[in-house]
Amino acid sequence: MDRRKFVQTAAGAVATSSLRLKLPQADASVKDLCMRALNAAKTAGASYADVRVGRTRLQSVSTREQQITNLSDTETYGFGIRVLAQGAWGFAASRDLSASEIDRVARLAVAQAKANRRAMQHPITLAPTPSVTDGHWRSPIETDPFDITIEEKVGLLLRANAEALKVAGARFVNSSLAFVKDAKTYASTDDIFTVQEVYRCFPQMNVTAVDSTRGLFETRNSAEVAPMGLGWEWVLKSDLPGNAQRWAEEAVQKLTAKSVEPGRYDLILEPHHLFLTIHESIAHPTELDRALGYEANYAGTSFLAPPQQVLGKFRYGPEFMNIQGDRSQPGSLSACGWDDDGVVPETYLIIKNGIVVDYQTTRDQVAILTPLTGRQRSHGTSYAESWADVQFQRMPNVSLLPGERDLKLDDLMTATDNGIYIVGRGSYSIDQQRYNFQFGGQVFYEVKGGKITGMLKDVAYQARTPDFWNSMDMIGGKSSYLMNGTFSDGKGQPSQSNAVSHGCPPARFKAVNVLNTGRDRG
Amino acid sequence: MADWSGLSRAAARQLCERVLALSKAEACQVNVTAGTNGNTRYARNEVTTAGDADNASVSVTSRFGKRVASVGTNLLDDAGLARAVETSERLAKLAPENPELMPLLPAQMYAEVPALSEATANLDAARRADAVRAATSASGRAGLMAAGLVHRVVGAGAVANSAGLFGYHASTTVVHTLTVRTPDGKGSGWAGTAHNDWTRATGSSLLATRAVRKAHGTHDAAALDPGKYTVVLEPTAAGNLLSLLAFSLNARAADEGRSFFSKRGGGNRIGEKIVDERVTIVSDPQDPDLLTSPFTGEGLPVGRTVWIENGVLKNLANDRFWADKQGVKPTPFAGGFRLESAGAAATLEELIKGVERGLLVTRFWYIRPVDQRTLGYTGITRDGVFLIEHGEVSGAVNNFRFNESPVAMLNNLVAVGRPERVSSSESGDVGGPAVVVPPLVVRDFSFTSVSEAV
Repeated sequence: MDRRKFVQTAAGAVATSSLRLKLPQADASVKDLCMRALNAAKTAGASYADVRVGRTRLQSVSTREQQITNLSDTETYGFGIRVLAQGAWGFAASRDLSASEIDRVARLAVAQAKANRRAMQHPITLAPTPSVTDGHWRSPIETDPFDITIEEKVGLLLRANAEALKVAGARFVNSSLAFVKDAKTYASTDDIFTVQEVYRCFPQMNVTAVDSTRGLFETRNSAEVAPMGLGWEWVLKSDLPGNAQRWAEEAVQKLTAKSVEPGRYDLILEPHHLFLTIHESIAHPTELDRALGYEANYAGTSFLAPPQQVLGKFRYGPEFMNIQGDRSQPGSLSACGWDDDGVVPETYLIIKNGIVVDYQTTRDQVAILTPLTGRQRSHGTSYAESWADVQFQRMPNVSLLPGERDLKLDDLMTATDNGIYIVGRGSYSIDQQRYNFQFGGQVFYEVKGGKITGMLKDVAYQARTPDFWNSMDMIGGKSSYLMNGTFSDGKGQPSQSNAVSHGCPPARFKAVNVLNTGRDRG
Repeated sequence: MADWSGLSRAAARQLCERVLALSKAEACQVNVTAGTNGNTRYARNEVTTAGDADNASVSVTSRFGKRVASVGTNLLDDAGLARAVETSERLAKLAPENPELMPLLPAQMYAEVPALSEATANLDAARRADAVRAATSASGRAGLMAAGLVHRVVGAGAVANSAGLFGYHASTTVVHTLTVRTPDGKGSGWAGTAHNDWTRATGSSLLATRAVRKAHGTHDAAALDPGKYTVVLEPTAAGNLLSLLAFSLNARAADEGRSFFSKRGGGNRIGEKIVDERVTIVSDPQDPDLLTSPFTGEGLPVGRTVWIENGVLKNLANDRFWADKQGVKPTPFAGGFRLESAGAAATLEELIKGVERGLLVTRFWYIRPVDQRTLGYTGITRDGVFLIEHGEVSGAVNNFRFNESPVAMLNNLVAVGRPERVSSSESGDVGGPAVVVPPLVVRDFSFTSVSEAV
């Protein structure tokens, strides 16, 4: 789909949804506050301004064994005004939505931009984006989790815990539910006004098996249950009570599992594990701000730099490797109608046939890449954690597209002589340029002669990103594609949290270096 | 300055009393947090973004017998508070009983902790931009690129309950961290500072000078194989790893058999010598370089606690329930700590002089647990690893991945230097704990692979 056609389609979808939805923050008084903020900023000297009025509710329920450990429900409401004055950014925010405070905060943001000008060299320019007069978007939830009673939520967790504790050797179990509703009204001086209501939920549990006579303990968490941009229906579908015994049995099994012999193995990585490897070793290094040095002091830079030596040239992996950026997969964590620049996010390829062809961008970054890509618009990856934080470039959903042949996990297994099959995310660590990584998992299985021959433990694999992705030699097809994600990905200073999904099929990687993390540290 | 003008002790008490007056629960606790957060970011030698945000919120915890629930809001008008109180009561009535719920604490006495600095509170956008310019000027003059953060928070926290308890603590914290890189990306150096008081933090020009020197020094670092090396850990690097040890000092996990501090066969390892006898780890809210809150979220006083004394495990952090069950006094961990070693006064430079062959490490990053049984962690060195030969730094080498345990590290101690307050959080903002640690010399530190990242 070309860019123009995509924009038209997206705009059509928005127009349809605005007829159906009545969102609380579409209230005229909120719009008036937004317009007041923009006017106050312009009066104070801003050449551009945007305002976000945010109201976020977070509910969490936590349990251990047969008791509740925490029940909390938190709401935060406020606004943030971002301005450009003399080519510099300024941002100020407050929880007080009175007219006088909006005026004060707008003036503060402009004064701050002017103060920042003294330590700036290059004025900011923004890529154009179409106006939106009254855009509405809501996560595709079926049942609002905030309408479900606390008894039902607690009951579900305690049932799951009871199931886990039926397994001999399972000593402790923790479980929790977290729900977020993020209502956001956005307006900018580029004639954009949007109202969105984003939902996220995360069911989790963790079982601990203990062998105190040998001083051993092992855990197994609900790694296959993804956090999603969905409602209560996702909690029911996740079926913690139905899975709890299996997770508990695997925690107990890990106590006596064979400790892995270090060496080189073919790895079969299923989607609930592989998503995190994609997140760390592909999604982060293709952030343009990292590649240019803007995140050098914390999140780091990227080995994919400088862009002129990367785009259209750098081979990341095999010919069948295609990586997509999007904020539109239904139920994905980063899905939205507009980003925090007021831009409709694009679905686009970051890696095409194994070659890097694009980065993630926001409006203030587009001009940097235009000479290389010819692109005039942002991909729509601007995001702020809350009304109190300034928006900046955050990753969209970054996904490994399935292969053309509809291979299944079993096909990968059958084709493997000496391998390790890894299930679920575990420990993860990667360097600041995204070269050297080390990943663990939840459960590990030895694969010999095309079959699982037993459970392993103490497994971690360590590799260099381009070597690892170029060792991928098999990939699952469309029917084996799954999404998982991270509820809190940190980036920026002060650090902000972002929720994002990654889809992928299972894939096989040849001769990867495997360490034993339990035997010794050398 | 004992009170923060944004939320004085009197205003905090009044807000708490408004909430308690609305409560119809059998018991009620109120927590108030208010603050203003100012930051300025820079990269490529210029300001990129900045932010100033004001917020204040209350959390209402209502109890009916052993049933309890908390509701938080930043809508502090009468209607907002009434809604929070009513919702917390409704949720608490619906919650199952929590058998571990302890009775509310009565009124307590708290230590005075003067953690509010006027200089930090006054660090507005213009002053932060001046600090940025001091750093970027030094970097620009050297032909290098600086990226960093000046971040300060000023605020207050209070706790009150229906049993008559009230506590108030105002504080400031400021951090300035920066990474200076060579334009070709082949050299990178870091420096950072953190304190309650901006006047006691390292000055921006001096910080930039340190980072510039490291960026130049790491350019075209030599290749060195992984393996076990004697390392000199700069205070920040030591703080990165020791924080992991401090935060694992949990009594319940140990008693339940799922911690490094669990004793085989049951119980915990209090009383055992677990690290080198030169190591003592202490938390004290009144330590002039820590100045952490003198009470916990439920209002339990936090005093001086010795966790490890001369290498022997003396205490593990205990909440009120677990302490009561074990028949001991609760020992809350309040977030900050100091590693001290009697008589250790050596500077980093003096420690380097004592090393025949080893590696000097600036800081670690992306540290994640790999084995809870041994407190094993993995992570990466960054922004400056230097080879030491015959007591002198002879040049830079590549970065490494480590797989190491802070406990094993403290058993392989060679020498300890003079402690200082560091910015030890990986994020380089004010979010981390207050940490005062010395530079350390450690033998047989496990680097398991090379990282070609710069």
